[in-house]
Amino acid sequence: MTLILGLEGTAWNLSAAIVDEKDMVAETTATYRPASGGIHPREAAQHHASHIGDVVRETLKKGGKNIDAVAFSQGPGLGPCLRTVATAARALALSLDVPLIGVNHCIAHIEVGRWKTPARDPVTLYVSGANSQVLAYRAGYYRVFGETLDIGIGNALDKFARSVGLPHPGGPRVEELAKQASRYIPLPYTVKGMDFSFSGLSTAAQEARKKHALTDVCHSFQETAFAMLVEVTERAVAHTGKKEILLAGGVGANMRLREMLGLMCEDRGVEFYVPEKRFMGDNGAMIAYLGLLMFKAGYRTEITDSRVNPDFRPDEVVVKWR
Amino acid sequence: MEIIASGAEAVIALEGNTIIKTRVHKRYRLKEIDEMLRRDRTRTDVRLISEARRCGVPTPIIRDVTDFEIKMEYIDGVPLKNVITPALSEKAGELVGKLHSCGLVHGDLTTSNIIFRDEKLFLIDFGLASIDKNLEARGVDVHVLFQTFESTHEAHEELILFFKKGYRRTFSGADDVINRVKEIESRGRYA
Repeated sequence: MTLILGLEGTAWNLSAAIVDEKDMVAETTATYRPASGGIHPREAAQHHASHIGDVVRETLKKGGKNIDAVAFSQGPGLGPCLRTVATAARALALSLDVPLIGVNHCIAHIEVGRWKTPARDPVTLYVSGANSQVLAYRAGYYRVFGETLDIGIGNALDKFARSVGLPHPGGPRVEELAKQASRYIPLPYTVKGMDFSFSGLSTAAQEARKKHALTDVCHSFQETAFAMLVEVTERAVAHTGKKEILLAGGVGANMRLREMLGLMCEDRGVEFYVPEKRFMGDNGAMIAYLGLLMFKAGYRTEITDSRVNPDFRPDEVVVKWR
Repeated sequence: MEIIASGAEAVIALEGNTIIKTRVHKRYRLKEIDEMLRRDRTRTDVRLISEARRCGVPTPIIRDVTDFEIKMEYIDGVPLKNVITPALSEKAGELVGKLHSCGLVHGDLTTSNIIFRDEKLFLIDFGLASIDKNLEARGVDVHVLFQTFESTHEAHEELILFFKKGYRRTFSGADDVINRVKEIESRGRYA
C-alpha cells in the first residue's frame, strides 16, 4: 500500500486528504466563505494560511502513519492561495522527510473520476468557477479540445447572480430559480469551433433582467450556457470517437446540466459518468490520488521546481502513468 | 440515398453527386434554442459558402436550401486530417488567408472541414462562419485550427510553421492575427 497526503487550495476550498490505491483514508476541509461579494484572492489566501495547520494536523491524526509523499496543487489557481498551500506542502514534505509532488489541478479532477467511476478513457467536461474545458487523453497528454475564451461558467453564473442581488455562490440559486421559469428569453449563444465564451452571455442576462422576470432570465441563462457546453462536448466525442463522458468540477453539481449531458449521451450511445459529489468539486483526495499515480510512476518535484503556476495548463504535463 | 457521415450536428447523405446536409434536432436543448441554431446555421452556411467562392476560395456549389437542409455539390476528395503534410498545411494557410482577406471567418476551422481533391483544397461546412474583419475573430479561427493540429497530429509544430508561411502569402494582416493567436492561447483561465 502507498499512502499519499494531498493538499488542495487553488481557490475557495482548502482540503487535505490521505489516499491509498483503493480509497480515501482521511479528509479534512475548511471552506472560505466571503462576507460579501465573490472570492477575494488575498482573503482566501489568509483563510487558507490560518486553517492549514489544523487541517493537516487533523488529517494526519485520522490516517497519517507512514506517509510516502506529499502532493499539492501547483496550479492553475489564484496565485496567493496557491503560494500559501505550496509553502505548507514544502514544509510538510521536509518535516516528514518524504518526496514532494506538484500536480495539475485539472488533471486531478479527471483522474479522481477515472478512479471513482467506471470511466476508463473518457472525454471530460470540466466545469468550475474559473475553468471550463473539454479534455481527452491522446498520445501521452491530456489535450484541451475546447475551452472558454474568456471566463469560466461558474464565474459567469456568479457574476450574473451578484448583479441581480443573489448571494455567493450564485450557481445553486440560479438553478433553483430557473425551475420556476415560464419562458425562454433569447440570449447570445457563442460557440466558435470547439471553444465557447460566457462573458457576453453574462452581460446580456444582466440586461435582460431589466425587462424580464428573474426566474425566466435564470432559466434562459442556464439553457443557453449549458447547451453550449454540451454541444462542444458532443463535438469532442464525435471527433475523438471515444465512448465515455465524464463530468468534473463544482458546476457539475447542477442537475439540469447533468440531465442535458445524459440525454446527449443516450442519443449518441456513449456512457455518462458523474463521480459522487465529494469528488466533484475541489477536494484534497483528487490531489492525493493524482499524487499517488505520479509517485508510483516515478515523478518527484524538487523544492527548487516547486514554484506554483497560476496558468498551469493540463496539456503541459507528460502523462507517464497511463 | 446513402448516409456518408453523421457528425455532432448534421447528417450528411449522398444522392448521386449531390450532398444533402440536414441539421438534426437535439433533445438536450430547448426547442427555441434548437430551431434557432439549426435555422441560423443552415442559412449562414449557404450564404457564406457562395460568398467565399466569389472570393476565390474553393467551396461546393449550392443546389437547394430549405429550413434545416442544404443540397450541394459533392466534393469527392479526402479530409485534410488524413493526408496532411507540411506542404498541404502551407496550402491550407493560403486558403485561410484568402478567406480572411475576403472579410470572412469560418468559425469551425478543423482539418476535417478542409477537403483535398485534384491537388486543390476545398473548404466545407460554413455553419459557424460569419462576415467579420475583427482581429479577434480571425485569431480565434486560426487558434481553433492550430488546436486541431495539436490535438490530432503528431508533428504539429512543423504544420503550424508551414501554415503561417502560406497564410502570410495571401493575407496582408497575417502577422497581427498570428500575434493575437498567441494572446488567445495565454488568456483567460484565471482572472
